[in-house]
Amino acid sequence: MSSRAWRRLTYGLPLAFFGLFFLYPLASIVERGLRGAGDSPLDVLSNPLTREVVWFTVWQAGASTLLTFVVAFPAAYVLGRYRFRGRELVSALTVVPFVLPTVVVALAFLALLPAGMERGWLPILVAHAFFNVAVVVRIVGTYWASLDRRMAEAAATLGASPLARFREVTLPLLAPALAAAAAIVFLFSFTSFGVVLILGGPRYATIEAEVYNQAVRLFDLRAAAVLSLVQLLCVLVVVWVTTRLEGRLVFLAPLRPEIDTLRRVRSTRDTLVVASGLGVLLVFLGVPLAVLVERSLVVGGGHGFDAYRQLGHGTSVLLTEPWHAIVNSLVYATASTAIAVVVGGLAAVSVAGGSGRTQVAETSARPLGTRLLDGLVLLPLGVSAVMLGLGFLIAFDTAPLDFRASPWIVPVAQSLVAIPFVVRIVAPTLRSVDPRQREAAALLGAPPGRVRREVDLPIVSRGLGVAAAFAFAISLGEFGATVFLARPDRPTLPVAIYRFLGRPGETNLAEAYALAVVLMVVTMLSVLLVERVRPNRAGWF
Amino acid sequence: MLVVDDVSVRFDATDALRDASLEVGDGEVVTILGPSGCGKTTLLRVIAGLQAPNAGRVILDGHDLAGVPPHRRGIGLVFQDHALFPHRDVLGNVAFGLRMQGDSPSAIEARATELLALVGLSGFEHRSIGSLSGGEQQRVALARALAPAPRVLLLDEPLGSLDRRLRDRLLDDLGRLFAELAVTAIYVTHDRTEAFTLGDRVAVMREGRIVQVATPDELWAHPRDADAARFLGIPNVDADEAIRPEAVSVRPTRAGNGTVESAVRTGPTVDLVVVLDDGTRLEAVLATVEHPAAGARVEVEVDPEGIVRLR
Repeated sequence: MSSRAWRRLTYGLPLAFFGLFFLYPLASIVERGLRGAGDSPLDVLSNPLTREVVWFTVWQAGASTLLTFVVAFPAAYVLGRYRFRGRELVSALTVVPFVLPTVVVALAFLALLPAGMERGWLPILVAHAFFNVAVVVRIVGTYWASLDRRMAEAAATLGASPLARFREVTLPLLAPALAAAAAIVFLFSFTSFGVVLILGGPRYATIEAEVYNQAVRLFDLRAAAVLSLVQLLCVLVVVWVTTRLEGRLVFLAPLRPEIDTLRRVRSTRDTLVVASGLGVLLVFLGVPLAVLVERSLVVGGGHGFDAYRQLGHGTSVLLTEPWHAIVNSLVYATASTAIAVVVGGLAAVSVAGGSGRTQVAETSARPLGTRLLDGLVLLPLGVSAVMLGLGFLIAFDTAPLDFRASPWIVPVAQSLVAIPFVVRIVAPTLRSVDPRQREAAALLGAPPGRVRREVDLPIVSRGLGVAAAFAFAISLGEFGATVFLARPDRPTLPVAIYRFLGRPGETNLAEAYALAVVLMVVTMLSVLLVERVRPNRAGWF
Repeated sequence: MLVVDDVSVRFDATDALRDASLEVGDGEVVTILGPSGCGKTTLLRVIAGLQAPNAGRVILDGHDLAGVPPHRRGIGLVFQDHALFPHRDVLGNVAFGLRMQGDSPSAIEARATELLALVGLSGFEHRSIGSLSGGEQQRVALARALAPAPRVLLLDEPLGSLDRRLRDRLLDDLGRLFAELAVTAIYVTHDRTEAFTLGDRVAVMREGRIVQVATPDELWAHPRDADAARFLGIPNVDADEAIRPEAVSVRPTRAGNGTVESAVRTGPTVDLVVVLDDGTRLEAVLATVEHPAAGARVEVEVDPEGIVRLR
């Protein structure tokens, strides 16, 4: 393939995909929200219920962010300051809760908290902290580990006490990482869906959960559309503010390799600091999951595998046997991963500046398609999954685009959620290819296609592997879009779990717990696989 | 007076410092000269309190500093590569130590401005650190360390990262400053010129030990051993004697007692290597414009004054 044809493909295919499956559904929501007969969209906005939902969404996101920092900060400090055996493993394990399906985490807290306390705002905050601890530990811990320790030492020789050193030097230098982590945690908590739906009870709903309520329970697609636009607006404002803030906070702090900055655990005090920092994390992350497993094994007064055996038998809750949900999830996630890797991989090539061109040409003129794609591929991160599901529902219900009943609509929606992650993982590895290697290959007689195959592909393939495993884990746990789109006779694991939860009875609850454990194990396996082949620690995924 | 008494530091399997001892009188500048990795930086870190010694004591004006944290020692340190605070401007950096002392804002402003003038950076108050050149950063680092009037100033290869011409200029400035302020200072370097120019006394360091402390003249006249002589740059070192290159006179002649092996002009002087007929190789320095070329026969004589007996 010629260089030019390849470049067109790298942005053409992703643009077409995003145009049809992202922009068009989004436009449909806007259309449904603003136009159409009946009441004005302002009615939804002036509804006191809407104000309540927006207010709850904002304050719970702020409070969740705060709580996440409180729990994660000691561990971030330990990872940012100390070198000890198993440090890499600890860092790897923190990523597990981050990719755990929201439904699993919600169930873990349902299992953990005593009856009467398991629904409300507090469990929501704690569950959000559970998810996002990884974000803070990774971003802040990694950045901390690369901070030049001599800054603090210089402050010490100038008379600054340990507390003053932290306040005057370490904290300001950490600010970019703190701001980045806070922005991400805030956004994730802001657009939280599964956790809120399950733990919020009837009283508490985020905008995201209310969109679902309006669309699925009250069949008011208009209100749902208006609410999603409110959410989109809020997300854009948050992103805009944090981008500006981050720009102001970044100092030219010289970063250093970790080997120079980390200190060994020597004294008893060091041991105590490391042990307590990691201990808090371990208890906070481990106990809910352990309790979840324990509850899935409860049978009457004792323990057993009854709930798991029951997965093979028909039930009135689903239109199929529960174990089919496992198969559905695996099939959908595999298809979604394939789409995400192809579309996201091509988009990454385009965003990273493409191959086969010289450096000068790359910086001077990037095609409009590439520049468009740059912003577009990351947008689904902010546009929530529920909005995506709703958009599909509205957009694809009339001929010739009547896809609602097609089985492939589920993996397409899941892949849209996964693609931003794929791009963010693959693009940096592509940028890490020294352009001179391509130039050397070209001077040695390799045509452009050959250069891509011989130079780029070997380097990028590991990044693609990591991205694929991530996309797989995300697709497995995807709930917000899938719950709109999965047909009743073909539920995925998270959807099946949610259906079981919706029915009364100990047996149904036990089934939900068992399915959640299965989902957790499959997700953990795919993510731990990632950590083994992770090529570098760049980025925070 | 600062006394470093038999200080040892072990890192895992290696000894960074072995029984290092040093005394620095009030207002004295001692330079520590040694190759990289010899423990110079570790010694400064022990004195500043940033590194706890495994053995030995640091005593300042009669007080043992063991257990005194760095921020209560009143010892200033100019770091290698400066370690300036990137999140504060020039004035904010210089004022830092004064703020930590709890000085009033007006006193801080006055003192910081005074120090910036001292290092020739008036008008740079609100520049960001990233916008400064290497030499300017160096001056800010010096002003920052001097501002709280430390009892002892430590400098860790402060000119190491600068190019040569800038280094020569800053070297002059530093010498003037040290004399003017009468600071008590320890200055670490691997550069002989820096050590000799700035030091009232020079401490030669090797493999974690301080092997010799003397004035520059004494050191040049009587290096302690062959290694010290070599490190000072004296060529022609034998087991028990060294011959200064300037004491070797080389005269072109037809007969002669040796042959020029190589002649390299390095600037005002020419470095010659001659091989005597008995096989001895000697290095010589000529300060003339004309000089014998490689392969020329020469008459070589050694001035007995230039022979250093090594202990």
